[in-house]
Amino acid sequence: MSLSTMILKMSVGLGRTCSIFFLTLLISLPLGLVVALLRRSKNKVISGFFRFIISILRGTPLMLQLLAVTYGPYYLFGFSVSRNKLIPVVIAFAINYAAYFAEIYRGGIESISNGQYEAAEVLGYSKFQTFIGIILPQVVKRILPSITNEIVTLVKDTSLAFTVSYQEMFTIGKQIANSQTSFMPFVVAGVFYYVFNAIVDFVMGKAEKSMDYYN
Amino acid sequence: MILEMNNISKNFGDLSVIKDISFNVDRGEVVSIIGPSGSGKSTLLRCATFLETISSGEIRYMDTVAAYTDPNGTVNYLTPNDLRKIKGYFGLVFQQFNLFPHYSVLRNLMDAPLKVQKRHKDEVEAECMELLRKMGLEAKANAYPCQLSGGQQQRVAIARALAMKPEVLFFDEPTSALDPELTGEVLKVIKQLAEEKMTMVVVTHEMSFARAVSDRVIFMDGGVIVEQGHPEEVFGNTMEERTRQFLSNYSR
Ligand SMILES: Nc1ncnc2c1ncn2[C@@H]1O[C@H](COP(=O)(O)OP(=O)(O)O)[C@@H](O)[C@H]1O
Ligand SMILES: [Mg+2]
Repeated sequence: MSLSTMILKMSVGLGRTCSIFFLTLLISLPLGLVVALLRRSKNKVISGFFRFIISILRGTPLMLQLLAVTYGPYYLFGFSVSRNKLIPVVIAFAINYAAYFAEIYRGGIESISNGQYEAAEVLGYSKFQTFIGIILPQVVKRILPSITNEIVTLVKDTSLAFTVSYQEMFTIGKQIANSQTSFMPFVVAGVFYYVFNAIVDFVMGKAEKSMDYYN
Repeated sequence: MILEMNNISKNFGDLSVIKDISFNVDRGEVVSIIGPSGSGKSTLLRCATFLETISSGEIRYMDTVAAYTDPNGTVNYLTPNDLRKIKGYFGLVFQQFNLFPHYSVLRNLMDAPLKVQKRHKDEVEAECMELLRKMGLEAKANAYPCQLSGGQQQRVAIARALAMKPEVLFFDEPTSALDPELTGEVLKVIKQLAEEKMTMVVVTHEMSFARAVSDRVIFMDGGVIVEQGHPEEVFGNTMEERTRQFLSNYSR
């Protein structure tokens, strides 16, 4: 197989890799914020529950969670989440990343001084206005570097989808490598991931710069 | 009467910080509160501004009861919605300024009048620019708080509070976080407001300032008002031994 055919075949999988990546971010970034707020709930049952969930999601391998979401329902109830494996894959990724993002959000929220809340309260802002207009923008600025780290990891983690044979770029590359007994597909995959992350770094760098006007 | 606080007590757990204090503020009055650290000055202001809930007593603003103690001893506050209207009667200037760092100076002033009071943008902008002019900060309208000195930040904080058109302005040690050479510009602004008959309650350690601008000085210690009166009485003809001791630490 020529190198260009190899690249072409793997490029088809790259679309699926991007699907995992973008869908995961689209779901886990807002979900993480919601989980962070629930984790901070004054209700001990709610905050305890989410602390437990987060510890499970962070304390067990993502690979195991992928297998559990994809095949677990079949073994337990005799049906699969979906015939399209993208759905269980994205569910597993989104939940796992939401747990990590939740802890990042929580750290960011707790780093904002009480004075910001008090100033807003005396000025008469509602709790919602305070969070959305005053707290969250400052949190986002502070946590952006940590978020970038997680996103870079996510790019590489998409390759874990091979464990459930979802035909994304790395899975295809691995199959080509096996059938052609060639190491070349792994080199191609490496280049793909590297370029992908270079783009992530560039975009996130821009985002961080856009918030440089204050500290 | 703008503010009436009747028989206010405040406990933090077993610690009794405010002990049955009654305290009124009339329109146009400038009241200074002095006293040693830990005597409950900040807590009293925080109770007046609803940042702390009282343990017992009654708070009225402009003859509206905002909080009262029922015969069972339970403290009742107005609902958050009704309280929002009352919060429009006062402003608070913090020791640490607490400006919103991600907003420009002008936006710090305009945001609450627009979002909380739902006033018109053109009118608010004109008023806020006028306030900045008064503070000598019109050139900084588009700067961010981190680009300003402490004294400038505190003046912005005062302007932000004034932009809400409060009936009374509370200050909690407005110059304590400033380098000595910057306290003057902030005190000057407060003095100017006093001349315009702005109603103010100022917790301060600046004794000569308190003596010069106040209509009334309150000396607090151990959660009670030990002595109060015209500044010339409190400073010049001190009645209580505790006050005298405290003041002697400040005489140069
Ligand atoms: N949130 C709080 N929890 C427990 N104790 C507090 C709290 N706030 C203040 N105190 C205590 O109340 C007392 C009075 O504090 P404060 O009102 O800040 O005094 P001042 O402003 O006169 O220095 C102090 O002993 C302080 O430790
Ligand atoms: Mg204090």
